[in-house]
Amino acid sequence: MSSVADDLHHDEHHDHKPAGIMRWLLTTNHKDIGTLYLWFAFIMFLVGGAMAMVIRAELFQPGLQIVEPNFFNQMTTVHGLIMVFGAVMPAFTGLANWMVPLMIGAPDMALPRMNNWSFWILPGAFLILLASLFLEGGGPNFGWTFYAPLSTTYSNDSTALFVFSVHIMGISSIMGAINVIVTIFNMRAPGMTWMKMPMFVWTWLITAFLLIAVMPVLAGAVTMVLTDKYFGTSFFDAAGGGDPVLFQHIFWFFGHPEVYIMILPAFGIISHIVPTFSRKKLFGYSSMVYATASIALLSFIVWAHHMFTTGMPLFAEMFFMFATMLISVPTGVKVFNWVATMWRGSISYEMPMMFALAFIVLFTIGGFSGLMLAITPVDFQYHDTYFVVAHFHYVLVTGAVFSIMAAVYYWLPKWCGKMYDQTLAQWHFWCSLISVNLLFFPMHFVGLAGMPRRIPDYALQFADFNKWISIGGFAFGLSQLIFLALIIKASRKIGEPATAQVWDGAEGLEWEVPSPAPYHTFETPPEVK
Amino acid sequence: MSEQQYEKYYVPAQSAWPIVGAVALFLIAVGAGNFVVESTRGKEGFGGWILTAGLLVLLVMLVGWFRDQIEESMAGKYSAQLGRSYRQGMSWFIFSEVMFFAAFFGALFYTRMIAVPWLAGESNNAMTNAVLWPGFEAIWPLTTTPDGTTTQAMGWMGLPLINTAILLISSVTAHFAHVALEEGKRGRLKLFLGITIVLGLIFLFLQVEEYVHAYRDLGLTLTSGVYGNTFFLLTGFHGLHVTLGTLMLIIMFFRVLKGHFNKENQFAFQATSWYWHFVDVVWVILFVFVYIL
Amino acid sequence: MGKGVLTAICATLASSVAVAERSDINLRQGVTDISEQVYGLHMTIFYICVVIGVVVFGAMLYAMIFHRKSKGAKPANFHESVKVEVAWTIVPFLILVGMAIPAAKTLIAMEDTSEADVTVLVTGSQWKWHYKYMDHDVDFYSLMATQPEQIANKFDKGENYLLEVDRPLVIPTGQKVRFLITSDDVIHSWWVPDFAVKKDANPGFINEAWTKVNEPGIYRGQCAELCGKDHGFMPVVVIAKEPAEYQRWLAEEEAKQLKAKEEEQKLLAMNMEMDELMDVGKQVYQSACAACHMPNGEGLPGVFPALKGSDIAINDMQKHIDIVVNGVSGTSMQAFGKQLSLKELAAVITYERNAWGNNTGETVQAKDVNALITGN
Repeated sequence: MSSVADDLHHDEHHDHKPAGIMRWLLTTNHKDIGTLYLWFAFIMFLVGGAMAMVIRAELFQPGLQIVEPNFFNQMTTVHGLIMVFGAVMPAFTGLANWMVPLMIGAPDMALPRMNNWSFWILPGAFLILLASLFLEGGGPNFGWTFYAPLSTTYSNDSTALFVFSVHIMGISSIMGAINVIVTIFNMRAPGMTWMKMPMFVWTWLITAFLLIAVMPVLAGAVTMVLTDKYFGTSFFDAAGGGDPVLFQHIFWFFGHPEVYIMILPAFGIISHIVPTFSRKKLFGYSSMVYATASIALLSFIVWAHHMFTTGMPLFAEMFFMFATMLISVPTGVKVFNWVATMWRGSISYEMPMMFALAFIVLFTIGGFSGLMLAITPVDFQYHDTYFVVAHFHYVLVTGAVFSIMAAVYYWLPKWCGKMYDQTLAQWHFWCSLISVNLLFFPMHFVGLAGMPRRIPDYALQFADFNKWISIGGFAFGLSQLIFLALIIKASRKIGEPATAQVWDGAEGLEWEVPSPAPYHTFETPPEVK
Repeated sequence: MSEQQYEKYYVPAQSAWPIVGAVALFLIAVGAGNFVVESTRGKEGFGGWILTAGLLVLLVMLVGWFRDQIEESMAGKYSAQLGRSYRQGMSWFIFSEVMFFAAFFGALFYTRMIAVPWLAGESNNAMTNAVLWPGFEAIWPLTTTPDGTTTQAMGWMGLPLINTAILLISSVTAHFAHVALEEGKRGRLKLFLGITIVLGLIFLFLQVEEYVHAYRDLGLTLTSGVYGNTFFLLTGFHGLHVTLGTLMLIIMFFRVLKGHFNKENQFAFQATSWYWHFVDVVWVILFVFVYIL
Repeated sequence: MGKGVLTAICATLASSVAVAERSDINLRQGVTDISEQVYGLHMTIFYICVVIGVVVFGAMLYAMIFHRKSKGAKPANFHESVKVEVAWTIVPFLILVGMAIPAAKTLIAMEDTSEADVTVLVTGSQWKWHYKYMDHDVDFYSLMATQPEQIANKFDKGENYLLEVDRPLVIPTGQKVRFLITSDDVIHSWWVPDFAVKKDANPGFINEAWTKVNEPGIYRGQCAELCGKDHGFMPVVVIAKEPAEYQRWLAEEEAKQLKAKEEEQKLLAMNMEMDELMDVGKQVYQSACAACHMPNGEGLPGVFPALKGSDIAINDMQKHIDIVVNGVSGTSMQAFGKQLSLKELAAVITYERNAWGNNTGETVQAKDVNALITGN
């Protein structure tokens, strides 16, 4: 291989980039791979969003108008899978790829070739998943949680493809997480001690640990689904001594930490943006670190709060109720810390801060509904209604997705060397903020009033709210095209040039390299004081 | 220590192998997804061919990638820091494998401690037994399932016990091989590495014997209820890992013959040895929970 | 143009506010002591959240307004305070303990299914509920009664669109009714919001729940766990009657079902005409088969097989009867032998063998079906 020869030692031009498509296919550069992850995530966000538009169009009014129930179920399923595994997780991995080496003063990720591999297997996995929609009988239609036996005995034959595509997504996540964890353990610049690490790095370290711990469990779950469906095992079939609820235990043992995988990096991002634009150090850095770690640990003992109606014995319901309620304590600490950081700061309202503020308020609303859902006897009423849909979209869309948008606005000048278009940014923020609340807030009401989730048609009393929800959905979907335009503009290097510091209150190693960040940075580690 | 941190960290400029590997995994997933359906539903298709193609591409990628790595390593491009990256990466990979087995052990514990007793009326499931499965009794190994499928249990004496001894001894010989490498005694290294490989192969052979015995004599199959399910999935995935580990040991053996590895430069050997100890530990846990208890 | 849009928006907003007042935007209090407790817990935790929200967001808003850079605010220097941090860890914890105690009490009461007066076995299957009174010879299926034309937007939608069934479950008021909940195929979830009862129906296991309804009335709910294609079309309707009235209904129902069984035995000796079989068969097909095999008999390719032109429906009559009666294990095809009467089975099989151009000209009689069931 020629790649052996042209290794970095002999590379005189530090900003030399290979050209053309091969640069992206063969790259081992953390910034290139970060960019690939981010673009992939954005494309998947639009694809999954298009499916959400189909869902909202069908639910615009009662009756069946646009799609058949079977196709509707495929849309809800694939929308969920794509948004979780294709949009939110790769976006965070992309941010980690770009920023973690810059923040800790490392020349690149610890295992650069594996880094490329973990990205490039993702498009294949989603190609398989999306292509299965066009098979005879359609794609997966059992919900993103694929509860057995709906996903085993009663599913169509696209299930085998679904299983293997999830395996690949899992392999990708595990390799990405190993890379992040090893980079953070082993590649920190001299002087960057644990308690000097930026919060984003801390939250990603813990996230990576969660990923390595639970993605293999998901692999186990899909494997059992495969053998139950095709090879006659009965893990999830009482007739052979199994239990359908066993599937849910395994799935949510993965699934609950997964929820934190999608929100801990968001906490990290917000913990950078709020201090920057308050021009004041993050309040309670160490309690932030401990809170993140305790959320991660608690996430392993609360999984069954997704399963209160499955008929667990009383003591199990009690245990999972109390453990779940406990999680709101460290989560609360985080919110209090952000507010305390702003307190007596010198606050300005650039776009990253706007999204961060929206995040704090709206994520907290999602946290409140989460606390309500933790109360087992009341959860019996909320469970599997639109109240739950409202809850997890508040934490995932106005939580995770808003934090990703905040991060993009925050670091885009560093990536592209140009300031984003201020007008488009304002339009994007305000359209998104208004429409997202029109989209998700009324879901609380229809849920409380008794509308189950995952239904293609509904009783008449839910009609008015659903109309507004759909309008909000379409508006939110369209608003993201503004974001797309803004990003294309910046990445084509149109706009005001950005300084290295970019934001006057920003601190950290990533602001010490020029904007745009050179292709290779920190080949000689910086000294951290 | 601090001087090593200033040592240049090797970042390969570009590599074709990851993208080849991505193509391989794509083909494997498409092929396997179709092959499973075709082989169990009696349909015609190309699944098997696509799967084979994917595996071949994967093989090409593994050979090419490792060859690059070995060349780089022999050319002295690796720093101590990079060595730590590889070792930590391998440790976390093994941790992910532990969690994969944890899912199946979890399934074993759940069916055994919860699902089967509940079907027999325990906890809050008195009516489950009375109405749906009258007469069903909880025993483990589950020789009669709720729907009446019967099987015989696999005892722990005989083959399984011998296999346990073999794997335990192989872990010790792998350790001896490693010590020999550290001490630079190449003869002993080859000897103990060779013994480890032979023990691994014997283990695999006996495992196949055991499966034949289960299917032919005991009526214990993949379809005979959760006892058979957990038995075959746990021992089966363990067996796959032993196969992989043995292959890795064989590759290490050839590298040792070519004079690779020394006290300082031995990551691949060390990783293989860790992996081997890992499959050994999994087997011990498996032997206790699947066979004895 | 702007003015027109504005008026339109105002008009819709005004109308939707009016709707919000009319319809329920909150959890309902329901009609049992438990459901009222649940409602109380819901409102308590909601108000706790509101108070915390007002305090936190209030502080945040204050900082946003008064600690602005544009107002010339200079950043302070503090970035930790052990006292404050301990306080906002302990205080939420204490609030949670205060919340957990009443929640646990209600939960314990909800899970106590002992000493029930009436026990009903509730079995979900794709996509209907089956009710069996454990101490009486009464059992029946309960299917959604909304016309397909309403769903397809051809007819106007009725008041209880999607929330109406052909045969509702009847229970007595003032008595403890225990539900044994299970499923024949996938996981369903039996939910009546007014009782605050939602329990998953897991195949092969029985979950228990109970209720004690205070007021007579009709209470509606839906399946709450994704159970396949027609998950949205699987309502639950429960009628609560005064005990005396309930007893009368139960006795009538028992007599009726006994009589139906006797009639069925007589039927074995008779032959029905093709026209009658086709008429009855068509009705049965629409309610029992069309959800999967489609009204035109073409099924859903790759999911549910077509009956139109199918080998079994044209040639192999014994196999056809066998599949309808016993189902096909490992697939979505249910065993209809226990769901339909002999007459209905005979009629629907005849219909399938003669509709949509299957024109075999053969009739299937009740005795043919009975022969297969009894093995003669």
